[in-house]
Amino acid sequence: SLSAKVSAGRLNGKMREKTLTMDTLNPQVKAVEYAVRGPIVIKAGEIEKYLEEGGTKPFSEVIKANIGDAHAMGQQPITFLRQVVALCTFPELMDSPSFPEDAKWRARRILQGCGGHSLGSYSASPGVECIRKDIAAYIEQRDEGVPSDWENIYLTTGASDGIMTILRLLVSGKDSSRTGVMIPIPQYPLYSAAISEMDAVQVNYYLDEDNCWALDINELYRAYQAAKLHCQPKVICIINPGNPTGQVQSKKCIEEVLHFAYEENLFVMSDEVYQDNVYTPDCQFHSFKKVLYEMGPEYFNSVELASFHSTSKGYTGECGFRGGYMEVINMDPEVKAQLVKLLSVRLCPPLAGQAAMDVIVNPPQPDEHSYKQFHQEKSSVLGALADKAKLTEQILNAVPGIKCNPVQGAMYAFPRIFIPPKAVEEAKALGMQPDMFYCLRLLEETGICVVPGSGFGQKDGTYHFRMTILPSIEKLKVLLGKVRDFHISFLKEYSALE
Amino acid sequence: MCSIHTVIPHPLFCCCYETLNGKCLALRTNITSFSKAMSENGALPLRGKVLTLDTMNANVKKVDYAVRGPIVQRAVQIEKELKEGVKKPFEEVIKANIGDAHAMGQRPITFFRQVMALCTYPQLLDDNKFPEDAKNRARRILQSCGGNSIGAYTTSQGIDCVRHDVANYIQRRDGGIPSDPDNIYLTTGASDGIVTILKLLTTGEGRTRTGVMISIPQYPLYSASIAELGAVQINYYLNEEKCWSLDISELQRSLQAAREHCNPCVLCIINPGNPTGQVQSRQCIEDVIRFAAKENLFLMADEVYQDNVYAEGCAFHSFKKVLFEMGPEYSSKVELASFHSTSKCYMGECGFRGGYMEVMNMDPEVKAQLTKLVSVRLCPPAPGQALMDLVVNSPQPGEPSYQTFMKERTAVLSALAEKAKLTEEILNTVPGISCNPVQGAMYSFPRITLPERSINEAKAKGQAPDMFYCMKLLEETGICLVPGSGFGQREGTYHFRMTILPPTDKLKIMLNKLKEFHQKFTQQYS
Repeated sequence: SLSAKVSAGRLNGKMREKTLTMDTLNPQVKAVEYAVRGPIVIKAGEIEKYLEEGGTKPFSEVIKANIGDAHAMGQQPITFLRQVVALCTFPELMDSPSFPEDAKWRARRILQGCGGHSLGSYSASPGVECIRKDIAAYIEQRDEGVPSDWENIYLTTGASDGIMTILRLLVSGKDSSRTGVMIPIPQYPLYSAAISEMDAVQVNYYLDEDNCWALDINELYRAYQAAKLHCQPKVICIINPGNPTGQVQSKKCIEEVLHFAYEENLFVMSDEVYQDNVYTPDCQFHSFKKVLYEMGPEYFNSVELASFHSTSKGYTGECGFRGGYMEVINMDPEVKAQLVKLLSVRLCPPLAGQAAMDVIVNPPQPDEHSYKQFHQEKSSVLGALADKAKLTEQILNAVPGIKCNPVQGAMYAFPRIFIPPKAVEEAKALGMQPDMFYCLRLLEETGICVVPGSGFGQKDGTYHFRMTILPSIEKLKVLLGKVRDFHISFLKEYSALE
Repeated sequence: MCSIHTVIPHPLFCCCYETLNGKCLALRTNITSFSKAMSENGALPLRGKVLTLDTMNANVKKVDYAVRGPIVQRAVQIEKELKEGVKKPFEEVIKANIGDAHAMGQRPITFFRQVMALCTYPQLLDDNKFPEDAKNRARRILQSCGGNSIGAYTTSQGIDCVRHDVANYIQRRDGGIPSDPDNIYLTTGASDGIVTILKLLTTGEGRTRTGVMISIPQYPLYSASIAELGAVQINYYLNEEKCWSLDISELQRSLQAAREHCNPCVLCIINPGNPTGQVQSRQCIEDVIRFAAKENLFLMADEVYQDNVYAEGCAFHSFKKVLFEMGPEYSSKVELASFHSTSKCYMGECGFRGGYMEVMNMDPEVKAQLTKLVSVRLCPPAPGQALMDLVVNSPQPGEPSYQTFMKERTAVLSALAEKAKLTEEILNTVPGISCNPVQGAMYSFPRITLPERSINEAKAKGQAPDMFYCMKLLEETGICLVPGSGFGQREGTYHFRMTILPPTDKLKIMLNKLKEFHQKFTQQYS
């Protein structure tokens, strides 16, 4: 209350007023929401502490299935990657016989590209030159020869950093000329958070749940036309493979999006951090860049496209290193200079992350010593993820009132949940989103922490949650069993029949 | 085109539409053949770029960051030319523009790199070449990480045990004044923390727009961030005649003037100073705190050079410590954010992007907003967090690594102290160059007298006179410095910032070349 604040503020008869209060705080910051680490996760943290301090709950541990953090859920790092980074960190290890030669020469090469041959030097702001070149070579190979210019590659502090930087360049104008940013619904809430912070205009286009979360070009067009009435749509963001939905877009769909962007003059941002996480055999990752190239020079030489990758996902799961890159094509050269200038203020992305990225784009080759173990570890991780994707879809679809689209890729399931009207009412009475209400109950009763669909966006009147497929397969089975039991009992509790 | 009535007519999308249940089923030509057909017909649609200088974020255009600005770009170009065999009056470019110690040959602290390697590749915990104290720290850090891996995201505020260690370090440093780990946020270098706090503070419009008081000269992260956020830059001038000290009357003047056109609510100080190197006296810090309290200003204390104090009679006093020693009237009221980094001091670990900020007296609701804001970027790099842990929890007497650690640390700091003195001495022997004592940090910021003719020639070129000077210096000697105009200076005065980081012999050579150049330049333009 105001009077409480006032009396708390009195000291020696003087009014103590803070400079920075909720009233004086940047309103754009207030508008920001990031559900992946939002209220439910904070609650999960509190419960964890409670358990640690000896408190009792109907469960013995909190299972954090809210965030795409593979190592936290027990996935092992790729040995070769850690060897190279360790060698870069402590070059005295170059004399150690326990490190293979192929790791050593990669480390030497990276260090040679560093000031004073140390990972402790700032690099050039776009990143270490030889790493940028390695990334370009990787992209060319991945895209079957489509040329990649290393000077269009920028290393970033995770993909999030690159995405925010590009958005910062793009957001301008006022009122009806304010930049509109087209984002998928559901989306990874970095996008909505960035849009809020920058006071850009969020333009939602709905993915088609009935069609395995496919992108519908007519829906894009509808969203665009509606948005033009109140803002200036300038950029379209796509996440492929999708987060939270996991859909892997078809080549045809990507073509349609690019054609749309070409026609409507949109800058394309293609978030491809899950490019190595494709599980369904009849799905394939097609980079936006490659598809653009295949559409012919008219498109390839004109559509402004920024594509993002990261060390956090794939088969390496190196989230903590904050490694990433973006490839930016067809950017106006003067704007490019502005981009470089903007990046320079933060000096450079973390060198350890840059080194990790280098290993990802320059992995052991079949003729190298470390190849066997590397390949085995990689296959094991990706195979396990594919198994868990299938398992999750199967178990969830067997639950009455839960419907889960195939987890074609990425690291999440985003099932649709039926929430009985009585529960919806109770949630609304509490001032809560119905799926938040559901997820909080799930957390309190089972210790399982997932993120409500409202944190990602969904069609009105539908409810979902996002859970990761990252726990070990045994734990995942237990988790899914508990979700099933919970859902059935929740339905019973709130069923309309008295 | 098509005779079937469409729901959403769009001539370029398709040749023919059908609607089924109100949903448009577009039957369109193959995209590639469409494109080919267009080219063949010569009917190429004119497509301008979406993102041009005109359509981009106007604030970004206003951003300048001299430390990596045009002169550095030219230096890099020259380096490339040298590599390609182009003949120059020098053999190498000396990059004395940026506070990057390792790039100039400084060695990392062995213990730190050992622990980092152990964290990165825990198999090394079985290697008997690593000392036990390094292993213990690595184990402790890893235990605090998800899945015991530095590859996991950490909490957004930073690894718990690291924040505890940071709090303990601050408490020890400040003679026992308590520090709450909950007020500690690990950051991606100090720059990240500084920008985050400025984001929180920037609000309002026109006359109520947030004004940010910064020292002139300043480290241009501040002016760059202010420009990008669209805040109002408020300059307060440091006193060059008094060794770059801070004058409260100058603070007052600048604040008063600013109140006419904006809402000043934050005061930034860099202590020890960058680019000036001055170490503020305790009295001065007290006066600043009193001023901030009186004028309701949020204080931002950039203390990344806290271990870089060389001059006799100078000592580092943290703003936090002084604040608390001023009693509860101030210590419970003044909102203060203090910043530290792994990039400077004796570590020089710039590339790891390690840092922290301690936030005092922040409104609890705002603090929750701060935590929310940093959560969007997930977390700072875990290796940088681990490194910060070692900085605040370094080897203690009795531990196996202590002696080597102290030897290395002392060697770095004493070399810097020597170079600080050497730089000041040599520069002061040059007629037309006047250098204040380099009391701390890593730079000298000498004042240079420029001949009138050179000033005019520069202006004719549309260049700042000290940029003109520095460019000539670069082209003739290969020495890359940053002109004072990049940091701010009093009208009509010129400076450059030069690091004291090259190894002593190289530094001597560099300073003498500089001396020669200055004399030649003065003569040439007399």
